[in-house]
Amino acid sequence: MTEPTDPNTPRVGVDEWVASHEGRRSRRSGLLGVVERELGRVPPAAFYLGFGVIAALVPVLTSNGYTIRVGFDTLLYMLLALGLNITVGYAGLLDLGYIAFYGFGAYGYAMLASPKFGLHWDTLAVIPIVIVATAILGLLVALPSRRLLGDYLAIVTLFFGQLFVTVYQNGEAMSALGFTRKYDVTGGPNGIPNIDNFNTLGFHVGSLQAYYYVALGVFLVVLLAVYLVDRSRTGRAWKSLREDPLAAELMGIPVNRLKLVAFACGAGIAGLAGTMFAALNTAVFAADFDTPTLIIVYAMLILGGAGSIGGVILGAVVVNVSLEVLRTPSHATWVFYVLIAATLVAKMRPWRWLAAVVAGTAAFGFAAHAIVSAAWPRGVHGQAVVGGVLGSGLRHWVVLPANPLTIGNVAFVLLILAVLGVTLLHGWVQRLALIPTLYLAAFVWENRLAVEPSVTRLILVGVILIVLMNARPQGLLGTSRVEIV
Amino acid sequence: MAALLELRQVSKSFGGLRCIQELDLHVGEGEVVSVIGPNGAGKTTLFNLVTGVYAPDSGDIVFAGDSLLGLEPHEITARGIARTFQTLRLFLNMTVKENVMAAAHSHTRAGILRSVLRTPGMRREEREIEKLAEERLSFFGQRLMGYRWDQPAYSLSYANRRRLEIARATATNAKLLLLDEPAAGMNPVETHEIAELIGRLRDDGGYTILVIEHDMHVVEGISDRVVALDHGVKIAEGTFDQVATDPRVVEAYLGTKAAATK
Repeated sequence: MTEPTDPNTPRVGVDEWVASHEGRRSRRSGLLGVVERELGRVPPAAFYLGFGVIAALVPVLTSNGYTIRVGFDTLLYMLLALGLNITVGYAGLLDLGYIAFYGFGAYGYAMLASPKFGLHWDTLAVIPIVIVATAILGLLVALPSRRLLGDYLAIVTLFFGQLFVTVYQNGEAMSALGFTRKYDVTGGPNGIPNIDNFNTLGFHVGSLQAYYYVALGVFLVVLLAVYLVDRSRTGRAWKSLREDPLAAELMGIPVNRLKLVAFACGAGIAGLAGTMFAALNTAVFAADFDTPTLIIVYAMLILGGAGSIGGVILGAVVVNVSLEVLRTPSHATWVFYVLIAATLVAKMRPWRWLAAVVAGTAAFGFAAHAIVSAAWPRGVHGQAVVGGVLGSGLRHWVVLPANPLTIGNVAFVLLILAVLGVTLLHGWVQRLALIPTLYLAAFVWENRLAVEPSVTRLILVGVILIVLMNARPQGLLGTSRVEIV
Repeated sequence: MAALLELRQVSKSFGGLRCIQELDLHVGEGEVVSVIGPNGAGKTTLFNLVTGVYAPDSGDIVFAGDSLLGLEPHEITARGIARTFQTLRLFLNMTVKENVMAAAHSHTRAGILRSVLRTPGMRREEREIEKLAEERLSFFGQRLMGYRWDQPAYSLSYANRRRLEIARATATNAKLLLLDEPAAGMNPVETHEIAELIGRLRDDGGYTILVIEHDMHVVEGISDRVVALDHGVKIAEGTFDQVATDPRVVEAYLGTKAAATK
């Protein structure tokens, strides 16, 4: 044994770096630092509770049916993303058939509580049956694929998702391998209509508000359960098999079994969400459970940060609310300009360049408007989509031709080329080129994009996702993960 | 001395490559046995056979009186064999403490339902796991203590990652530790520390240890017995001095005299 007091010999386990840790930590000073420290002290559960309180107030503050409906849909998406978070975020299994479990749950409720088969079971009986059945289906899907990893698992589950849609869309004449006569099981492309509302023990869930509160209650209960499991032995095992399946197996964790459990848990939650979807909509169609819905749920999970419960909430709110807000051209116009302004403020340094570009773009616009109105009066006869201050300002700034279809299309192509060009430039040339590009963007927006919200909202949501994911690749609330060190 | 681990005529081939050929090996309870040999001699394959990553083509592996053949790796771990990896395989994005806590899986029981309900048994078990993790990490002095508990494993230095792997392996409550090059990539001071640590693992921790090591000072310092492998065949066995002077071992490492002088 070496003498621990001798400075020349190594001393086992003595680490100056650990001892001096407190002195080395840099902290943000001022008000921001105080806020950051205080927020760090709040337990995550308090945030979830705060979310629950705010969400519960929505129907109190507004009686607008549309708003509450959007809130209900967002809650359903949150529930779906929460389930997907178990399979993808914790266990790291890329499940592309996830939305089929949602559909299976919805159809399951529809079959047990509608005139389809004459069954009108009590909701409190149907929901556990559907959850268990969906979880078992998840188990069956995972069983042959439990040894598959990454891309291979993704392909198999994607196939399962497509299989679900195809079978349910053509399920109006099914027989058992041709031995029996054909039965109408799923209603085929007509789906299953006239589904019962939630109905149990004399309680009848009929109004939109009631469904909203049911969805919120269910979501909070599932959230609590997932939060507790995340911090338990099973949660640690899931995360360790995501990090390194071989090491996890060799540390005594039954990797294959835990994969099955993760699949089944995610599927069960999706099935639960499906029952609420079916009950509120009173009809289910297989097409509702196809890839577009899957992509939206994945976008929420990834944007929020896979593996983070708070991220699931935030991601679902951002994606679904953006999709809804962008349906209205005047709202979308505000979002468009605020996004551009925010990006400029965030990215343009130093400040004097920001001021120069903004002032330059404004001047450029008024000059262009003046020239066009003098040379070609019909070029400023169009109408801005947005009213109010912004609208009246824009009318004197953006060129609005009376018939913008062709010129708008050409400008759109030019805009894409201009944006690509700007990314290739550097320094002051780039800033200078930004001025006409920004103006062109506004021109294309006002004349072409704003008037077609159904297409534009998808483009804009895509742009928002690209920008946010570039800024925070780990997701809004996710922790950045290190793959190779 | 009763043999804790015994390999009987174990062979393993990959296609035409015979990695391990009719290997006999025994490790007695409380022993530190070193496996040495040139790269490609089959040392890590030996570890993979014992831990169940590979199944042997023939022969038997017996641990504490029971054959390990046909068991899944996690079942073998639950019986009391844990290992570290030559190329570190930590759960990089989990915290230091979580890494160790995760390894307590096989000797704890709380399932999903009990975790959601937070039954008293589950909470007691959780406290025990946490205490176990802190105790296993304290084995390394200050290095893995304090604020490091809650830091992600990727923030650790290379040497600390090796230490964390050992801590994680001990948290499985194993009786036999398989250490795959614990001193690889360490500086002389850290290497010295690792050698001391292996001694403490046996004396204070009561572990039986099978270790692969290339640093001959470490091997000399820690081993009760040394086994030399070359091309999957045991070429020498005995005390360090016996093995180090064995002509076949010298040949395996340095080549024959004729080849060396050519």
